[in-house]
Amino acid sequence: MSDVILDVRNLRVEFKTQAGTRPVLDDISFSLKRGERISFVGESGCGKSMTALALMSLLPSIGRIASGQILFKGEDLAAADESRLQNMRGNEISMIFQEPMTSLNPVFTIGNQISEVLKRHRGMDHGTALATAIKLLDAVKIPDAKARINDYPHQLSGGQRQRVMIAIALACEPEILIADEPTTALDVTVQAEIFDLLRDIGARTDTAIILITHDIGAVCQMAERMLVMYAGRKVEEGPVQTIVEAASHPYTRGLISCVPHIRSDISTLPDVLPEIDGIVPSITSFGKNQCLFAPRCDRLTQKCLDQQPPSTSIATATVKKDAPHNVACWNNHGTGA
Amino acid sequence: MAAKTKLATLQNAARDQEDNDAIKSQHPAVEIWRMFIANRAALVAMVVLVCIILLAIFGPLFYPTDPFEMVWMPFTPPGTDGFILGTDYLGRDLLAGLLHGGRVSITIGLVAALMSVFIGISFGAFAGYYRGYVEEVLMRITEFFQVLPTLLFSMVIVALFGASLQIITIAIGLVSWTAVARITRAEFLRIRELEYVTASRSAGATNFKLIFAIILPNALPPIIVQSALMVGSAILFEAGLAFLGLSDPNVVSWGQIIGSNRTYILDASYTVTIPGLAIFVTVLAISLIGDGLNDALNPKLRQR
Repeated sequence: MSDVILDVRNLRVEFKTQAGTRPVLDDISFSLKRGERISFVGESGCGKSMTALALMSLLPSIGRIASGQILFKGEDLAAADESRLQNMRGNEISMIFQEPMTSLNPVFTIGNQISEVLKRHRGMDHGTALATAIKLLDAVKIPDAKARINDYPHQLSGGQRQRVMIAIALACEPEILIADEPTTALDVTVQAEIFDLLRDIGARTDTAIILITHDIGAVCQMAERMLVMYAGRKVEEGPVQTIVEAASHPYTRGLISCVPHIRSDISTLPDVLPEIDGIVPSITSFGKNQCLFAPRCDRLTQKCLDQQPPSTSIATATVKKDAPHNVACWNNHGTGA
Repeated sequence: MAAKTKLATLQNAARDQEDNDAIKSQHPAVEIWRMFIANRAALVAMVVLVCIILLAIFGPLFYPTDPFEMVWMPFTPPGTDGFILGTDYLGRDLLAGLLHGGRVSITIGLVAALMSVFIGISFGAFAGYYRGYVEEVLMRITEFFQVLPTLLFSMVIVALFGASLQIITIAIGLVSWTAVARITRAEFLRIRELEYVTASRSAGATNFKLIFAIILPNALPPIIVQSALMVGSAILFEAGLAFLGLSDPNVVSWGQIIGSNRTYILDASYTVTIPGLAIFVTVLAISLIGDGLNDALNPKLRQR
């Protein structure tokens, strides 16, 4: 069960902007095992969604993969041609999006849209595909699936639409499912249901899940490992429990303390909810040889401005060998405290 | 125990009731048709257009008078001496002219509109989807056709290649596709950025599929409206060319009747107003059908 299906090595994605070419993803490495659930965390504009789009080779036209490898079962997707990628998308790696309200095509019935992927990747005829679509709708717990396959997206609620999106994404039993903030547009109860569903199906079909979110609560519910991103760089990586209990990077600590009493030893329910001052730097300062979090950091030293901190492993008693706890900070909080 | 069985029976009955109440969903084509005929104006327009087309096809068979033959006194008013619509300045039967002319006018209108829709959608779709150089080239070509004075351009084509029906149809199609191209491109630019397009791409759709099966159906409503208007304007355009004497002299069309009788508009206004009315009614009917089609094709308006 420990076989690695996705191994991203030193991925660098550049955007061509008016200020020149800037890296939106700077030296990102991580690996994913079959059936594993990993979560990407960070504020808006940190490169979480870009990582997802890069994995699918769906980068916007101003972006390109400058260097690095995306090894999917040993095959480098960063170097694959378009027809190979088209066969891969929705089949071996699939993705669900942030906005269920707009992610479905309004002019086709949902049955039509689910069976489309099956016809495309599995070569099914219309009848078989529709029958499979009904089963899939059942699997994502849409009541009365048989009648609902003839519904148009506008006849469904937001939660139901996200379920349909999940059905489409899972139709071809992909090995990796990328969920880009799948519950941001939904209310909290629906959010819990969707997470239950994803965890359930993921466990049953042994699908690895990459969850992209800014919600630490969601991470705790969903993921085994987490990867904290800031300004296109990986700042901390490790098992969710270790990081929540003993975050080492000041940014991660900041993120966690922003959530009301997730861990009482970090956030002791003050009157005013803490926040991280300032905002994510604009893309023009991405890629500098310094710590990009420095302007907002309370542990800032001269060294942070002179040199980019490398990602180093820190030893913790709870850390297992196959899931190291890495942090990129000169003045990290160490293993706890 | 007995109470429990009773409850179960009742629940079953309730469920059966629910099943019966569930609306059996129909084939999309059936629903589109139901929605279309629910729109009274579109339905009436459809009936009118079908009548006009049937008259144009079969009318000349049952009313074999030659529209070019001088059959009676000039300027016989409608309804006198057995001529339902009267005669024109040369004593030619106006009803025969209207029936024969309908064939030409409607054919030119439909074929020219179809042609410009085809060219316009191709240009607009590829330009809007691929952007970059493809868009630059395609849109510059579109602009080239757009800045040409349409009437002058079609006159040149007709003058160069001869005033046959085919050439006239092609000339009309060539000068009127730019509007469709621009509308299609604008819709593609808007829709290609929508999330469901990215979602489809992430599900493995090819470019061809994205253009024609994902984006185009969503871009159709304004294109349909524009196309319906274009049938009308193509008929009017042919009328304009015929009015200037640039149409095929061997066939009669509605525009040609207006053109040849224009000198007598004050003395015998019916010779101009009758074919004018025919054009008006046809164009109006096609526009209303386009409207109805637009509503019927929009799933959000298709209520159960």
